Amino acid sequence: MATETTNITDFKNDPRVPEDLNNNVFITTLDKLYNWGRKRSMWPMLFGLACCAIEMICTAASRHDLSRFGWELMRASPRQADLMIVSGTVTKKMIPQIVRLYNQMPEPRYVVAMGSCATSGGPFKEGYNVVSGIDKFIPVDVYIPGCPPRPEALLHSFVRLQEKIEKQSIRSVRWYTTGKTDEGMLVPYLGPDLVDLRRADEIKQKTAA
Amino acid sequence: MSQVTATPAKSAAGAKLTPEMSAIVAKFGSAVAPAQYDGLMVTDHSKFIEIATFVRDELKYNQLTNNTATDYIKEGVIEVVNQFTRVPQGGAPLTLKLRVPRPAGNDKTQAVPSLCPLYPGAEFQERETYDMYGVVFEGNPDLRRILMWEGFAGWPLRKDWREAYYEGDTKPFESRWPGGDHKLAEDRVPWEDNINYPPGFDPYSFKPNPDGNIYDSMLAAAPGNGLTGEMAIVEDLNAAELAELKTDEIIVNMGPQHPSTHGVLRMVVKLDGEKVTDLKLALGYLHRNHEKIGERNTWLHNIPYTDRLDYITGIYNEWGYVLGVERMMGLKTTDRVEYLRVITGELTRLASHFWAIGFLLNDLGAFFTPALYFITERDLIIDLLEAVTGSRMMCNYMRFGGVSREFTSAQWALARELAFERLPRTIDELDHFLTENEILKARSIGTGYMPADRSIAYSLTGPCLRAAGVKYDVRRADPYGYYDRFDFDIPVFYNGDVYDRYLVRVQEMRESLKIIQQALNQAEKNSKVGDIQGGKKAYNHRVPAGQCYARVETPKGELGYYLVSDGNQNPYKYHIRSCSYINLNSLKEMTVGQKVADTVVILGSLDIVLGEVDR
Ligand code: SF4
Repeated sequence: MATETTNITDFKNDPRVPEDLNNNVFITTLDKLYNWGRKRSMWPMLFGLACCAIEMICTAASRHDLSRFGWELMRASPRQADLMIVSGTVTKKMIPQIVRLYNQMPEPRYVVAMGSCATSGGPFKEGYNVVSGIDKFIPVDVYIPGCPPRPEALLHSFVRLQEKIEKQSIRSVRWYTTGKTDEGMLVPYLGPDLVDLRRADEIKQKTAA
Repeated sequence: MSQVTATPAKSAAGAKLTPEMSAIVAKFGSAVAPAQYDGLMVTDHSKFIEIATFVRDELKYNQLTNNTATDYIKEGVIEVVNQFTRVPQGGAPLTLKLRVPRPAGNDKTQAVPSLCPLYPGAEFQERETYDMYGVVFEGNPDLRRILMWEGFAGWPLRKDWREAYYEGDTKPFESRWPGGDHKLAEDRVPWEDNINYPPGFDPYSFKPNPDGNIYDSMLAAAPGNGLTGEMAIVEDLNAAELAELKTDEIIVNMGPQHPSTHGVLRMVVKLDGEKVTDLKLALGYLHRNHEKIGERNTWLHNIPYTDRLDYITGIYNEWGYVLGVERMMGLKTTDRVEYLRVITGELTRLASHFWAIGFLLNDLGAFFTPALYFITERDLIIDLLEAVTGSRMMCNYMRFGGVSREFTSAQWALARELAFERLPRTIDELDHFLTENEILKARSIGTGYMPADRSIAYSLTGPCLRAAGVKYDVRRADPYGYYDRFDFDIPVFYNGDVYDRYLVRVQEMRESLKIIQQALNQAEKNSKVGDIQGGKKAYNHRVPAGQCYARVETPKGELGYYLVSDGNQNPYKYHIRSCSYINLNSLKEMTVGQKVADTVVILGSLDIVLGEVDR
C-alpha cells in the first residue's frame, strides 16, 4: 500500500528508474490508480421506479450513451452493482424493498437521487403513500433536481460522483478498515403507516400518550 | 368546437332518460330512479344483479368500463358508480349508481353486490374502490386492498380522511397564497415526517402482513385450480407420460424490482415445472395518490399531474382531462387548437408504440438492440415536443379550451419532415426487420391468447382488444376532437395473441402517421396560426356543478376521467379509469397454462405503464 505520496514527475532523470523503462512506465499513487479504475467502471443497478426511469433509459441509449463513461453495464442484481440510481417516486409500499436492495449491494456503493421525487417527494410530496425523499432511509451521494432531470443532468451527476470517488483514499474509506463492518440500514415495515424502526421508541411513547 | 357527445354535463336535477334507461325503468319500476346528473340510481340493491344482467344481456352493454365511488359527506352517503359500454358499437356509456350510508369512523360500509360474476373485469376496480373508500363488494373473489397494503389505517379517499401533511381541504392553501410564507411540510406536522399512527399503536408487537397472505392463499388453492385445459398450449408428451412425471408446484415471486416487469409491478406465480398454474398480482408500489392530490388541487393544477400518469404519453392524458372539463364548462375550442391536439397527441402515440415494441422485443430476448433504435426515433419526436412545449416528457401542453403554445415555422417544418419523411421510413424498416423474424414469430404466435368475448368481459381495451378481432377504438366509438375529419382505419387482427398485438401496434403507427399528415395539411388551410385559445384565458376556473365521464383512446387503451364538480374551483371527485390497470385483470387468464418465460412476454404485450397502473 502506498504509504508515502511522492509525486515523481521527472522520472526520466530519476536514477531509480532503469533507462529502458522510460516512456513505458508511469508512476502514480495507488489511490489514483484504484480510483481511476473504479470511477470508470461503475455498474449501476437496473432498476427503475417511475417517470424518471424513462429518462434514465434514454441516458443509457445511443444518443446520450452512458458507456462513454464506462458505466453502461447495468445489472439487475444488487449484488453485482455499485450504484443505485433512485429514479422516481419512492412510495411507502416500496421503501422496504429499496432499503433491502441497498443493503444487498456490496461496498463500496453509491446512491444517486434522481429527480425531485427521490430528492424530496416532488410533486407528490403531500401524498399519503409517498416518502419525502429517499435520504430519510439511505444515504445519498448526489442529488439531481428536475422533474424529470434531462439525460444531460443525469450525466452531470455521474461526473460529480466521479469527482467524489477521486477524493476517496484507500487508507481512510470505511470498507477497508477492520473492525467497522457495515450493518446496512434498518428495513422499515408496513404497519398502520410506514414504521421506521429507528423511531420505534418515540412512536411507542407518542401513541401511548 | 368538437362534437358534443358522450355524457354532457347536465345541471338540471335528474338525468334525462335515454331509451335504454327508460327500458330499465319500465322493467324494474321502483327499484331504479333517475340519478341527479347522469344515469340511474338503483334504490333496491337486491335487484342490482338482475338489473346488471338485463343491461348486459338485453341492452347489450357488454363491457364494464368504469367502477368507482364518490363520498358525499354532507348527505352522509357513499355512491358507487358503474359505467357500461357497448363494444364494439360504442356510444355514450350507461351509468348505474348505488348508494350506501356512510359508516362511522373507519368502519367498512355495508355490502353491495359485486359485478364480478357478470363482468370479470370488475375485480381490480372493485378492489380499488374497496381500498380507497372501504366499500365492501359481496361476491368479489379476492377483496383485499390493492394499492395500499393490508393493515393500512383508514380509507384514503373518504372526504374526512386526512393525510399526514394535511394543510387544508382545497388549494390554494393559505400559507402559500397570497401570503406565500410557506413552511416545509416537515416543520408543520407533529411527527416531522409523512406519517401518522392511530393511538395505542405499539411498533414492537405489531405483526405486519402487508400482502394479506398472498402466498398462503395460493398454496391453499387446490392444484389445477384456476384456468387450465383449453388455454394450455399443445404438449408434445401425451397425457400418460405427463402423469408419470412427478413435478412439484412452487411459488415464485417476481418483482417489484425486476427488469422485465416494466417498472415496479409484482407478480406471484405458481409453477408446475415450467408451466404457470396460477398468478396473482400485487400492485401499488408506485401508488402516489394522484386522486387524493387531484381533489385538493384546483382544476388547472391537475393538468401537469396527468402527464405523470402514463408518462410515455403525457399529452394524450392531458387531452382526456381537458376534454372532460371543457364538456362540463361548455368551453369552445378553435380549429387550430383541435389540429394541434391531434398532431401532438398522435405523435405521442407513435412514441409510445415505438417504446412498446422495443421493450416487447426486449422481453422476447432481443436485449436492447431493437429498443435502442426505437428510442432514437422516439427521441426525435420528443425533441419536437420539447421545442414546442418546453419539456421532454411532462409537456403540460393542454389548457381548458386551448393549448399553451403555438408551433414556430421551424418547428412546423420539423413536424412535416418527421411525418412525411423520417417516420414512415422508420416504420417500414421496423416492419421489414421484425415482422417476419422467425424468432419473434416462434415466441409470440399463440402466446397469451385471449378470445374476443373474454377480452370484452375482462374490460380489455386498446391494441390488445383490437388484436382479438374487436374493432373498438374510442376515436371512432365515442368521437372527440377532430377525428371525424380524417381518413384513417382502425387496424384489427383476429388471433388475440402476442404477435397480433404487435401487428396492431405497427399498423396503428401507420394510421397515426396518416392522421398527422392530414392534420398538418388541413391545419395549414383551415386554421389561423396563433389562434390557440378558445374563450378567454383564466387561471382560476369554476366548473359548474355536474359530472362527466370523458374518455380518449390513448396508445394503451381507453383512458377515462370521471369528474364531479360541486361548483367550486376544485374537483369534488377526480377519478381516472386507467386502461393499463384494468387491462391487467386479464393477465392471469392469458398466462395460466403458458411457460413461465412467456409471462414477461405477455406482460410486455399488454404494454402497461406503472405510473398509470398505480396512479
Ligand atoms: S421527479 Fe417528476 S419525473 Fe421524476 S419520478 Fe417524480 S414526478 Fe416523475
